[in-house]
Amino acid sequence: MAAVSTRDIIKKFGEVPAVNGISLTVPHGEFMVLLGPSGCGKTTFLRIICGLERQTSGDLLIGGDIVNDIPPRARGVAMMFQSYGLYPHFTVRHNIAFPLKTQGIPRTEINKKVEWASQLLGIGHLLDRRPRQLSGGERQRVALARALVREPTALLLEEPLSNLDAKLRASARQEIKQFQQRVGVTTIYVTHDQVEAMGMGDRIAVIDGGRVRQVGKPTEIYDDPADRFVATFVGTPPMNIVAKNDGYFGFRPENFLPKDMINGEACTEFNFRVDRSEYLGSERIVYGVIEGFDPKQVITAKLPPAHVADEWIRPGEWHPFAVRNSALRQFDNDGKRASRH
Amino acid sequence: MAVIAEPIVKPASRFRFILDRRDMLGSIFVAPAILYVLLLVGVPLLMAVYYSVSAYTIYNPTWQFVGLSNFVDILENPVFRETLYNTFIFTFGSQILGLILGKFGALVLLRPFPGRKFVRALVILPWAVPIALATVAWQWMFDSLYSVINWTLIALHVIDRSQAPNWLGNPDLAMLSVIVVNAWRFFPFAIVIFLAGITAVPQDVLDAATVDGAGFWRRNYQIIMPMILPIVAIGLIFGIVFTFTDLSIVFLMTNGGPVGATSVLGFQGFQTGIVSGDVSHGAAISLFMLPVLLIVVVAMLRFIRRREI
Repeated sequence: MAAVSTRDIIKKFGEVPAVNGISLTVPHGEFMVLLGPSGCGKTTFLRIICGLERQTSGDLLIGGDIVNDIPPRARGVAMMFQSYGLYPHFTVRHNIAFPLKTQGIPRTEINKKVEWASQLLGIGHLLDRRPRQLSGGERQRVALARALVREPTALLLEEPLSNLDAKLRASARQEIKQFQQRVGVTTIYVTHDQVEAMGMGDRIAVIDGGRVRQVGKPTEIYDDPADRFVATFVGTPPMNIVAKNDGYFGFRPENFLPKDMINGEACTEFNFRVDRSEYLGSERIVYGVIEGFDPKQVITAKLPPAHVADEWIRPGEWHPFAVRNSALRQFDNDGKRASRH
Repeated sequence: MAVIAEPIVKPASRFRFILDRRDMLGSIFVAPAILYVLLLVGVPLLMAVYYSVSAYTIYNPTWQFVGLSNFVDILENPVFRETLYNTFIFTFGSQILGLILGKFGALVLLRPFPGRKFVRALVILPWAVPIALATVAWQWMFDSLYSVINWTLIALHVIDRSQAPNWLGNPDLAMLSVIVVNAWRFFPFAIVIFLAGITAVPQDVLDAATVDGAGFWRRNYQIIMPMILPIVAIGLIFGIVFTFTDLSIVFLMTNGGPVGATSVLGFQGFQTGIVSGDVSHGAAISLFMLPVLLIVVVAMLRFIRRREI
């Protein structure tokens, strides 16, 4: 029995479908990431799960029961919002206790649970402060404590790291992930950041245009993208996609290497003209075109900087490059993955 | 041959950039407001203070100083004490009624419905209509013979024709009537205040409350109301100050009657000081509003600061 599952959920705003038939199953204890560009319908889908929006059609099951018409408070899901949605006029203690108070839980029980949740997140010393007296990271923990305090069937997180600065984000990522593993709560995490998705998700559902493009483990998403959208949305720089007669083929920039770096494995060779390059410290990104294909198609290669001397990269020069055949991906004309190796 | 235009040399003046200086420009912009307050509020206030400690009447325009005896006189006068009581009832009654109507109206106007824009515009009318016109209209509605309110109640068989209330003739009903009219005038302002406050509550907070299990009432009274309380309190300060000092509705509708039942401070000050010509006692009555309002306003401002979030 899955913690959360949906069957062909459609949500239309007027005539426009924001969610266009999502069927997804999230088993107990899984960390599922919904990844997609802004406006792809991932947040709307999350709001349908917690009951803030009613789907136009389709079924939503939480803990095995259909909850289509059950109000949010009876669904047993908790949600942490992008800007946390803390109650500014309550203390931290009162914020965390609020979801329990609405359920009419006795006061002693509430105190015990607030204690438990605040210990879990290490915010015991903040209980008597108000949200405005907290830093971004502390607010996030309070929001997380408030979401977890009633031990929900599923925890929904809506872009929780987008309000943190880059440094804090990296540590918060780890923290949320470790924390989720310890508590074991089923988690659905919405983000547009592929680093978060790859780094945190047990599985990722890539969403675009209100549809799920692919569901899979991070490695599957990265190595075996189901279509051109997934291939180019995940990965920086994105996968190179080149048109050929009967469709497209693609390869990751880090698999596009100077011929001499490939040691005798079966590979496909290209003549690569370097146009410009960026030195990024840990790597060098080289932009150029390959001979025999669309000359406007910019191809990127990600090279280890130590391997390539500065003078080697001269604009306009042609170099023999190659891709291991095991790293080549074929796509049909309609963009779907053609054949698996 | 290229001709280069002669640069126009302006005589450098010490005052050339005077309007670019923040402090100068600021003073110039603020000066009219300060002058206005000094001349039209400050001077009359000082005059009132002087009158209140003198024996000045229009029949005997002396500037003779009498100390606080005018204040002792009015405090010993039971009519004044009743007026003070009336003023409190009038002010707080109409504010409470206005706030309830305002909250209700804001909730109705928050959700989209056909013709909402029209209704929103219409709701502002009581606030925009000249007070004299509106009061005359209400006077007819409360008329002892032609009251449309009574007519409706009789037609609906709520009351019998023989026991139709005499709205402006009965002391309690007269107070209720002026309160209703003032609340009617105040509630569009309250709606605007509530609407502004409720719209300022972040959607995330409301969504969080919904997911946390709060229903309509809990969201309203445990989340929205406490969050907008500072804004509402500011609105209430305005309402209290304007109502406490107001005399127009009472003057136009009941003339303080029946038997002084609706007489309020502003009205009595006007009656005593201007109509009867006892300027010194009139000034003392009017000045009595100052400490009362000061206490109310300071208490509310402190409350707001404490609730500031």
